[in-house]
Amino acid sequence: MSEVAGDPIAGKSRETVTHAQRMRAMFQYAGMLPVLILLCIGFAIENGRFASLTNISIVLQQAAINTVLAAGMTFVILTAGIDLSVGSILAASAMGALLVSKIHGLGMLGIVAGLAVGLGFGLINGLLIALVRLPPFIVTLGSLTAVRGMARLMGSDTTIFNANLPFAFIGNGTLFGVSWLVIIALIVVVLSWFILRRTVLGTRIYAVGGNPDAARLTGIKVGVILIFVYATSGFLAGLGGVMSAARLYAANGLQLGQSYELDAIAAVILGGTSFTGGIGSIWGTLIGALIIAILTNGLVLSGVSDIWQFIVKGLVIIGAVTLDRYRLDHNGRT
Amino acid sequence: MEPNETVASAPALDAKPKSTALEMRGISKTFGSVRALTNVSLTAYAGEIHALMGENGAGKSTLMKILSGAYHADPGGEIRIDGKPLQIGSPQAGRRSGIAVIYQELALAPNLTVAENMFLGEEMRRGGMIDRAAMNAAARPFLERLSAPFSPSAKVISLSIAERQLVEIARALAGHPHILVMDEPTTCLSAREADKLFAIIRQLRSEGIAIIYISHRMGEVYELSDRVSVLRDGGMVGTLMRAELNAPTLVRMMVGRDESSFYKKEHRPPEEGHRKTVFEVRDMADVSRVHGCSFVVREGEVLGIAGLVGSGRTELARLIYGADPKTRGQVFIEGQEKHISNPRDAIDAGIVYLTEDRKVLGLFLDMSISGNLNINVIGEDSLTGGVLNLAAARRRAAAAIQKLGVRAPNAEINVGSLSGGNQQKVLLSRLLESKPKVLILDEPTRGVDVGAKSEIYRIIDDLARGGAAVVVISSELPEVIGVSDRVVVMRDGHLVGEVEAHAGAPITQEAVMALATDLAAAHAA
Repeated sequence: MSEVAGDPIAGKSRETVTHAQRMRAMFQYAGMLPVLILLCIGFAIENGRFASLTNISIVLQQAAINTVLAAGMTFVILTAGIDLSVGSILAASAMGALLVSKIHGLGMLGIVAGLAVGLGFGLINGLLIALVRLPPFIVTLGSLTAVRGMARLMGSDTTIFNANLPFAFIGNGTLFGVSWLVIIALIVVVLSWFILRRTVLGTRIYAVGGNPDAARLTGIKVGVILIFVYATSGFLAGLGGVMSAARLYAANGLQLGQSYELDAIAAVILGGTSFTGGIGSIWGTLIGALIIAILTNGLVLSGVSDIWQFIVKGLVIIGAVTLDRYRLDHNGRT
Repeated sequence: MEPNETVASAPALDAKPKSTALEMRGISKTFGSVRALTNVSLTAYAGEIHALMGENGAGKSTLMKILSGAYHADPGGEIRIDGKPLQIGSPQAGRRSGIAVIYQELALAPNLTVAENMFLGEEMRRGGMIDRAAMNAAARPFLERLSAPFSPSAKVISLSIAERQLVEIARALAGHPHILVMDEPTTCLSAREADKLFAIIRQLRSEGIAIIYISHRMGEVYELSDRVSVLRDGGMVGTLMRAELNAPTLVRMMVGRDESSFYKKEHRPPEEGHRKTVFEVRDMADVSRVHGCSFVVREGEVLGIAGLVGSGRTELARLIYGADPKTRGQVFIEGQEKHISNPRDAIDAGIVYLTEDRKVLGLFLDMSISGNLNINVIGEDSLTGGVLNLAAARRRAAAAIQKLGVRAPNAEINVGSLSGGNQQKVLLSRLLESKPKVLILDEPTRGVDVGAKSEIYRIIDDLARGGAAVVVISSELPEVIGVSDRVVVMRDGHLVGEVEAHAGAPITQEAVMALATDLAAAHAA
C-alpha cells in the first residue's frame, strides 16, 4: 500500500507521510466506529425503544461473551492464525463449570474448572500448531468437532442444570448497576490491550504475525508465541463458558456456543485486524463485537424476521469490510 | 497522457539516423500531495541500450511504471511508441503496444512450467482446455534465442535465479517488444551470470529493441550502455553519450555533489600479531551447501567473504547464526566456545546477522521504526512483568536515528514507507542495539542508493574501529574489497583462499576473482 516498490518518496514528503501514517492509524483504530455510530442513530430513529437505558444494557450484555471470544481471536489472528474451536471450547468449559459447581461446598471451583478446561484445550491447539507445525485452520477445525463431542460426553448428551449455581451473579448480577458480564468483557479488553501494546510479549505477537521469518532471526521463539496465543484464545473461550453457564444456570453440550466462532471472527474482521497478521487492534475488535450485537438487537426490535436477520447481518459484514478496504487502499497510496 | 495532439516526433538528441522507439515528454506524477516526477522527458532509440540511473527515490521506477501502464501519469505529458501516441490504460495495453518490463523482483509462478509462465494470462487453448504442447512449442524458439539451458516444460521452481531471469526475458520477448525495460537485472546474479546476461542484452540490441536499463552499478552501465540518463529527485538531470561517460560526472549528476571519497577505505594493516582473535569459526558444515569452513576475525578487523552467488556464503552465515541446523562446527568468541542452536543463542553470545533480504527476512514492515529498532532489546529493557519500557525505547530510537542518520520525520512512522537505504540503516541500528561483539553483514548495501552506501561503509568502519569483529558478505567485488581488511573467498561451499591488504598493496579484484572461479585452484591458500 504505502510501499511503492523500490521507489519510495519518503525523503521529500515527510509531512505527508506522517499525515498519511496518522490517517492510516486512525482508520485502523476507528475504522468501523462511524459504522457503529450510524447503526445506532439509524436504529434509534427507527425504534424509540432502541436507545433506552434498559435496551442498551441488554445489548452490552449480549455483546459481552462474543467480545471475550473475539479478544482471544484477535491474539490468534494477529499471528496470521485462526481458531475455529472457540464455540466448542466454550460449550465444554460451561459443562465443566456446571459439573464442578454441583460438588457440595466447592461450587465456586466451577469457575476454575471452566477456565482450566478452556486453557487445556487451547494449549493442545497451540502445541499442535507450534510443535507439530500443523496449519491452524486444520488443527482448530479438528478440535471444533472433537471438543464438541467431548462437551456432549461430559453431560452424557443431556442438559446440565444447577438452580443453586454459586457463581450465578456473574451472569445475572450487577456492580454499581453494570452487569458483571459487561465488566468482565471490559476487563478482558483492557487487559488484552495492555498485553498487546504495553508488553514485550505483545510486541512479539505483532512481530510474529507481521513477519515470522524475521521474528525467528531476531531471536523470538515463534513457537512459544503461538502456544501463548492459542492458549489465550482457549482460556478466554473457557471464560466465555463460565459466563454462559452463569447466565443460564445450565449448559447443553450440543447446542451451547454453536457457531460462536463465526461471530468472534466477524468481530475481529470488522475491527480491521488483518488476516495476514501483524496489523490490528483490540479496540477495533470491541467495536466489531458491538456492531454485531447492535445489529442483532436492532433487527429484532424492528421486527425483522429471523431469516432476514441472517441475510442482513452477513451483508453488513461484507459491506462494512468492503468500505474499509476501499478507504484504506485510497489512503494507503502515498 | 493526452494523446489528442499529433506532432511529428521531436528532433533526436544527436544526429544518428536511428529511429525513435520511445519518446516520453513532460511526464509528471503526483501521489496525493507528493511530487514523484516533474516534467520528465526521455527518448530511446531502436537498437540502443539506454541506462537510467539515479538514487533510490529519484523516480526511476515510477517513470517505468508509468511507461508500463501500472501508474497513470498526471495529465499534460505524452508518450509515443514508434511515433504513435500511446493509449495507456493497463499493463496489458502497454504490453500490446510493445512495451515489456522486467522488474527487479521476478514475478514468476514457481510451481508452473517455463512455458506456462511465459504465456501466463494468454494461455493457448484447444477446445477450452489448456494446450501445453502448443505452448511448449511456442516457447522453444524464444528460449533457443537466449541459449537457455532448460526446456519449456521445466518447472520454474527447479531453476536458478539466473535461469528464472531468462524465463522473464523470454516471456518479455514473446510479446515481441519494441521497448524492453530491465530494472536492476543483475542484483541477484553472480559476475559470470551477469556477463551472460550482458551478451543477451547486446544481442537484443542488435535485433533492434530499445533497451532501458536501470542500474545502480557503475561498472555494468559502462560496459553496456550507449547513453545514460540520470534522474534526481523526480527530475531529469541529463543524458550522457557513451563518450562522455565518467564516474565522477555520473556520481555528481546522481547525488548532486562530488562524492570523491566513495568506495575508499583507509586500510589499517594488522599490527604484527598483537591483535587478538575475537571471533573464530571452526569446521562449520551442513548437509549439502557448506563443507567445513573455518576462519578467524581479529579485533577491529573487517573480514570480507567473497564468492559467486550460490557459493554458500549466506548459508555459512546462517549456520553460524543458528538460523539453520548445522551438522558440525564450533564458534568461539574471545577464545570461549559458544553453543549456538538458534538465533537467540547467537544474539546472547554477541553475534548478530544482517540478512541479505531485508524485506522478507529482516524488517517488520507494518511496525514503526522504533518497533523495528527495539525488537532485539525490548526484553532486556523491560520493566517488571515484561512491561515495555516505552521511555527506553524512545531514547534508543532517537539516538539510533541520529547516530546512523536515518532520514525520517519521527520514530513512529512505518518502516515500510522508508527508502531502501533508510530501511537498511534501521536494520543495522537494530543489530547495534544489542551491543554485539561480532557482526555478520550479508549484502549490507543491496538495493541501497549511492549516498546511503557510503554512509553504511562509514558505519562498518566505525564498528571495526570500536573493536567489533565485522564480517561482510558481498557480491560486489569493489565493495567487499573496499570495506575489508582481509577477504576470504568461498567456492562451492568451501573457503578456498584468503587475500589480505598490505601497506601499498591493496587487494585486487583480479586476485579475488581468480579464487572465486575455479581457475584459481593453484592460488588457493
